[in-house]
Amino acid sequence: MKRRDTLKALSLGTLTATIAGTEAQADVPKKAVAPPSLSDFKNGKSAAELARDAKLAATVFFTPHEMQTIRVLADFIIPADGQFGGATEAKVAEFIEFIVKDMPQHQTPMRGGLSWLDNQCLKQFGKKFVACPKAQQIQMLDQIAYPAQAKPEMSQGVSFFNLMRNLTATGYFTTEVGFKYLGYVGNRPNAWDGVPEDVLKKYGLSYDS
Amino acid sequence: MSFQIKEQPTVYDVCIVGSGAGGGMAAKVLAESGAKVALIEAGPWYDPADPKYITQLKNPWESPRRGASTHRPFGDFDAAWGGWDIEGEPYTRKSGTQFDWFRSRMLGGRTNHWGRISLRFGPLDFKRKDVDGLGDNWPISYDDVKPYYDKVDRLVGVFGSVENIPNEPDGIFLPPPKPRLHELMLKQAGKKVNIPIIPSRLSILTKPINNERGSCFYCSQCSRGCQAYADFSSSSVLVKPAVKTGNVKVFTNAMAREVITNENGEATGVSYVDKNNLQEYTVRAKVVVLAASACESARLLMNSKSSRHTKGLGNSSGVLGKYLHDSTGAGRSAFLPHLVDRKRYNEDGVGGMHVYTPWWLNDKKLDFPRGYHIEYGGGMGMPGYGFGFGMENMNGKYPGKDGKMKQAGGYGLSLKEDYRYFYGANFGMAGRGEAIAREDNFCEIDPNVVDKYGIPVLRFQYTWSEHEIKQAKHMQDTFEEIITAMGGIPNGSKPGPETNYGLAAPGRIIHEVGTTRMGDDPSKSVTNRYSQLHDARNVFVVDAGTFVSQADKNPTWTILALSMRASEYIIDQRKKGNL
Repeated sequence: MKRRDTLKALSLGTLTATIAGTEAQADVPKKAVAPPSLSDFKNGKSAAELARDAKLAATVFFTPHEMQTIRVLADFIIPADGQFGGATEAKVAEFIEFIVKDMPQHQTPMRGGLSWLDNQCLKQFGKKFVACPKAQQIQMLDQIAYPAQAKPEMSQGVSFFNLMRNLTATGYFTTEVGFKYLGYVGNRPNAWDGVPEDVLKKYGLSYDS
Repeated sequence: MSFQIKEQPTVYDVCIVGSGAGGGMAAKVLAESGAKVALIEAGPWYDPADPKYITQLKNPWESPRRGASTHRPFGDFDAAWGGWDIEGEPYTRKSGTQFDWFRSRMLGGRTNHWGRISLRFGPLDFKRKDVDGLGDNWPISYDDVKPYYDKVDRLVGVFGSVENIPNEPDGIFLPPPKPRLHELMLKQAGKKVNIPIIPSRLSILTKPINNERGSCFYCSQCSRGCQAYADFSSSSVLVKPAVKTGNVKVFTNAMAREVITNENGEATGVSYVDKNNLQEYTVRAKVVVLAASACESARLLMNSKSSRHTKGLGNSSGVLGKYLHDSTGAGRSAFLPHLVDRKRYNEDGVGGMHVYTPWWLNDKKLDFPRGYHIEYGGGMGMPGYGFGFGMENMNGKYPGKDGKMKQAGGYGLSLKEDYRYFYGANFGMAGRGEAIAREDNFCEIDPNVVDKYGIPVLRFQYTWSEHEIKQAKHMQDTFEEIITAMGGIPNGSKPGPETNYGLAAPGRIIHEVGTTRMGDDPSKSVTNRYSQLHDARNVFVVDAGTFVSQADKNPTWTILALSMRASEYIIDQRKKGNL
């Protein structure tokens, strides 16, 4: 499991800034939290922002079981293909762990949704989701992954899976492998000289008209 | 902690409060004329070329929240330190109404992240009352401001095209970038429905204009601040050269509390709280120039009460804080089926749209006054937090890569392919229009609330009228007309009366103006036509507070022009011994 390492890596760069901010306030009683310096910035972030991110990264929200379920679900949603990795390679579960701490409005829908899922699997298959064989996992997902055809009694599962799908997609496509899969080639210095000629031709457009 | 107020021994020629468009321009013009300037800024220093501040060209995975707007309202990488809510700096609202107030606490203020849309007000925009009988005319006309617009164009740089549209005066333009693919399609659609689509006018350097600033390298990220200084930010384009003259001292993290006046009612300086140590200081100056933003300058004046200025400085008319107005705003997005599975290439372009629609119905009789322009967005943008959300509303509605319809939602390789297939086929537009300035839309001092520095805070009252709501309705009709003409399919359902046709809450467009409006009649205005207080001749306001009406144009270019005009007036009056 690499999650702890990631947490460490996330907080390492950022903790330095927090400590530096604290040292400047040496006369402050030990228990008081010194406010970060207003003018300290690093990598485009203020000391206060860095401290907040480090604090978020250092706390843990999901239980190991929940994380395991998220991993399995995320790989169902965006699997690896022959050429490009899937959710696991893109560390989507680690992203979801961070984002629910950053956006607490996702916490109950995620935790409750995972619990709903396990409960459904217990009812239908006598096992929690991750303990089910793949065929049963698929059988379960097919009941909640298609909003228009899902049975009314599955509606809470549909809502949960929609959220899970959204967070997985965002977590995947905002990584290097996601960029590559998508074919995004921007975010670099370049010169814009208009739409390529073959594209103009394809759509019957030109710059002269 | 000592409460002793520390007075600096220096008496500056000018003390400027605020380093955004208005304050930066005043600092540059005044410092270059030889005046000794103190520039007070409520936030920290900022330089978009200093690695410690740079967010430009960072990838989404360099933010643990992938650039989400959890904390910075426009996302982790946006160059606005502040937002609608700032910890310890509250504001309140009156009578159950809503006004949202955006503040950037940093050198350069909101110019670091703004849209760079640099439109001149036209001749009609200064005299709208003559047309529809509503609000008031400005005391000045386009001809008064034109020479300053020209100078701002040359000094700062703006691209655009000469169009000869009567109320959309052409400027001195750099070449505009070519339209992107969806923008070419827009142009075609515009011809079908008689809606003009012309090159946008943005203060981004498509060609270098001097040795201090580079030219655009088309990363589309002006909102993150430009390390090449290729767009207009007050911090890099005005304050930096102003400081270089050696005549400007910048006080950062300095929150202005009051304008200090003497027994004659004239200003002698500005008191401020140093946010680093919470100590009180006073900067003494012969002239005070307020550029803290329309509402912040009004607040400062209201909080500067004295025996000579019992209702606040510059408020003998009782008009201070009134006639507050923000742009109207509404939007719609659409899916362009012919753009699925498009060829990939870098179409980031400049920061913002390459084409826009200026207001085109001045000659038409409509059921609302004034007008709006339309801004456009779309294309193969960089993914960030939120990318891919809502695929379940997309992939069951349109055939996929195999040409077949399928059940919405899903998972697996087929879903993965959908994200790639639909990428770059969405498109959006936003109307930005002129609201009517009204006396009963205002900010005032809340008698019960102070911020964490002990400074009394603003309380807002603001409502939209039928005029703005009908304008938003017209926007929504126009949006659908354009989408249909493009062969697109509008997303979601059309906003109706239950949401005021999608009209954004007041303050959300961040174009608030009018709180210290100018006029020739001291009983009906705060400043005269040179942005000088009627009640104190050595106090000036050079932010958008002096605007009598807002036009449908983004205010920055007019702030710059009027600040330059006021600054030259100050230089002239100082030469004549009047200040």
